[in-house]
Amino acid sequence: MADGTGFIQIRGVSKHFGDFVAVDSVDLDIQRGELFSILGGSGCGKTTLLRMMAGFETPTSGQIFIDDVDVSHQPPYQRPVNMMFQSYAIFPHMTVEKNIAYGLRKENVARLEIESRVHAILQLVQLDDFAQRMPDQLSGGQRQRVALARALVKQPKVLLLDEPLAALDKKLREQTQFELMNIQDKLGITFIVVTHDQEEAMILSSRIAVMDRGRFRQIGTPKEVYEYPVSRFVADFIGTINLFDGVVETVDGRIATVKAEDTDVPLNCEADARLCPGDKVCVAVRPEKIFISKNAPDDPDDTALKGVVEDLGYFGNLSLYRIRLPGGKMIQVSAQNRHRSAERSLDWDDDIYISWRARSAALLLE
Amino acid sequence: MMSKQADRFWRRVIVAAPYVWLFVFFLVPFAIIFKISLADPQIAQPPFTPTFDESGSLSITFDSFLFLLSDKLYIVTYLKSLLMASVATVLCLLLGFPMAYGIARSATRVRNLLLLLIILPFWISFLLRVYAWMGLLNNYGVINNTLMWLGAIEQPLQLIYTDFAVYLGLVYSYLPFMILPLYASLERMDLDLIDAAQDLGATPSQAFWNITLPLAKPGVIAGCLLVFIPTIGEYVVPYLLGGPESLMIGRVLFDEFFVNRDWPLASSVAMVLLTLLVVPIVFLQRNQARQNEAAA
Repeated sequence: MADGTGFIQIRGVSKHFGDFVAVDSVDLDIQRGELFSILGGSGCGKTTLLRMMAGFETPTSGQIFIDDVDVSHQPPYQRPVNMMFQSYAIFPHMTVEKNIAYGLRKENVARLEIESRVHAILQLVQLDDFAQRMPDQLSGGQRQRVALARALVKQPKVLLLDEPLAALDKKLREQTQFELMNIQDKLGITFIVVTHDQEEAMILSSRIAVMDRGRFRQIGTPKEVYEYPVSRFVADFIGTINLFDGVVETVDGRIATVKAEDTDVPLNCEADARLCPGDKVCVAVRPEKIFISKNAPDDPDDTALKGVVEDLGYFGNLSLYRIRLPGGKMIQVSAQNRHRSAERSLDWDDDIYISWRARSAALLLE
Repeated sequence: MMSKQADRFWRRVIVAAPYVWLFVFFLVPFAIIFKISLADPQIAQPPFTPTFDESGSLSITFDSFLFLLSDKLYIVTYLKSLLMASVATVLCLLLGFPMAYGIARSATRVRNLLLLLIILPFWISFLLRVYAWMGLLNNYGVINNTLMWLGAIEQPLQLIYTDFAVYLGLVYSYLPFMILPLYASLERMDLDLIDAAQDLGATPSQAFWNITLPLAKPGVIAGCLLVFIPTIGEYVVPYLLGGPESLMIGRVLFDEFFVNRDWPLASSVAMVLLTLLVVPIVFLQRNQARQNEAAA
C-alpha cells in the first residue's frame, strides 16, 4: 500500500507506447491543497502522465495513489479526479447549465441539489447570466470558465488542468492566472497543471516539476527551480541563462574558482561541499544578476570580464544587452531602466566590464 | 459604367443558370407527367387523350387517381414499398453505424483505404452488381452449390425471388450512402468530448448515448434519407431479385408504363410517389441547411 507521504503518490510509474518510453519510472508526491505544475516541452511525457492520473491511459508499470487509494487501474469515471481539457471539450449540443450539470447527473445527485450547486459554481466563475447560452455563443475566456466550472462542480479531490491558459490571448491569460489561483485558494482543491509555459508555471504554482524525456529533472518551488537549478537542462529550460563550461581550479573555503573554456579570467562561485579541484562543471549566471559598468569593479570576490556591447534592445522597463567577450562568446545581460533619460548610457561597440557576485552564479555538475 | 452593366448581366446569367436547369429538366417533365396523369388512356400515338379536345375545351379526368384508390393492389404496394424502404433503411443504419464508427476511429493511413473500399463498388455498374447477386443467390448459384457440396443442405434453399433477396440487394446497394454521411459526422467529432464525459462520470456506453449519438444525429438523418428516398422507388432490385410477394412501387410503375402501356395510370402512380417523397426530401434539405449554418 501507499507509504503515506503525499496526498497523491506516484510510484515508479512508466508508460511505453511500443518502443517509445513516454514516461520513465517517475516518482512524485503532491500534498493536499497544492497547486502543482508539471513543466516541459512538447513530447516530454507531461500530458501522458496527466492522462494516467485521469485514467485515460493505464501505466505500463508502477502505481498511482490518490488519498491512499490505488487508482492505477480504475477507469476515469470512477476516479475522484476531474480534468480540464486543453480544448475545453465543452459539449456543443448542451447549454452551459447542462454542461456543468452533466457530471452531477451521472452521479445521480438529487435535482434540487444539482440546481443549487450549478448555480453556486456559475457565480464563482462569474457566468450567472450565461446559464442558458449554447457553447458556440461564448467567447474563448467564457468557454475556459465553463470548462473549469464543469470540472469543479463535481468537487473532485484533484483537478487536473491541461495547458489551462494556452488558448487565451496574453491580457486574458494574465487576468485568468490570478482568478485560477483565487479559486484554488477558496476551494482548497489540489490542482495539477500541465504546461509548456514556464512563466505560467512560475506564477501559478506552489511547486514545479521540470520534465524532460519522460523523467523529472527537478522538483521544487518556483524560486528553487529558477535560482538553484540542479542541472544544465533545467537552468537552460527555465528563463534565460549564460553558461560557461569549465573545470574547478581551486576550492578555498566558500569560494571556488573555475577555469572556463571561453575566458582566461577565473570565475568565482559559491563552493559546494561535494566540489573538488578537477571536477568538470558548468557556471550559470542569469542576465539580471550581471552588472555592466565602464570601469572595473573593485570587490575581488566578484567576477569581472571585459567585453564589447554587440547589441542592445530597449524594452521600456528594462534593457537587454548582448555582450561579446574577447574570445567571441556572447553574454546576455538585462538591466532595469531605473532612471528616466533620453540619452543612452551605453552604446554599440562601447568597451565595458560585466561583473557578478560569487553567490549569484550557480555551479552545475551535470 | 459599361463594365458595371456587363457585370450585372453576367451575375444574372450565373444566378439564372441553376433555375433554368431546374425548370427545363425538372419542372417541365413534372408538368408533362402531371398532364398525362389527368388524361384518359387510348390506343393511339401518344397513348393518352389530349388535354384540350377539338373544340378547345379542357378535357381532364381524375379516373387514374380514383383507380389507384379503388384497386387494393396499389395501396398495398405503396405500403409494402414504405415497409421495405423503412426496413432497408434501419438495416443500413444498424450495419452502417458501427462501420462508419470503426472507419472514423481508425488510423489515418488505414482510414483512407477503408473509405476507398466503401466507394469501390461504384466503379462497377449497379446493374452488373445486382446480376452478380442473382448468380450468388440462384437455386444452383454459388451459395447453394457450396452449401450442398459441404453437405449442410440436401435441397437448394430458395434464396432468390424472396423478400430476403430484395432486402439483401437494397442494403448491399445503398449501404455506402448511409456510411459516408455517418462517417463525415463522426470523423469531425472531437474525441476529447468522449474523454470529458467519462471524466465526469459517464461509463463508455453512457458517453456513447449522451455525446456520440446526439452529435452524429445530422449524419444519421442524412444517411437515413439518402437510403430511404431512392429505395422507396427502387425498380432494379425488386425486379431482378424479388418474388411475386416483393411488390414495390417502382416495379408497378414500370409495368404500367411498358407492359400495360397505361400512361395516365403510370403517371398518377408517379405523382403519388412524388408526393410521398416530398416530406422526407424537405426534411433532408432542412437538415442540410441547419448543418451548413452550424458549420458557418
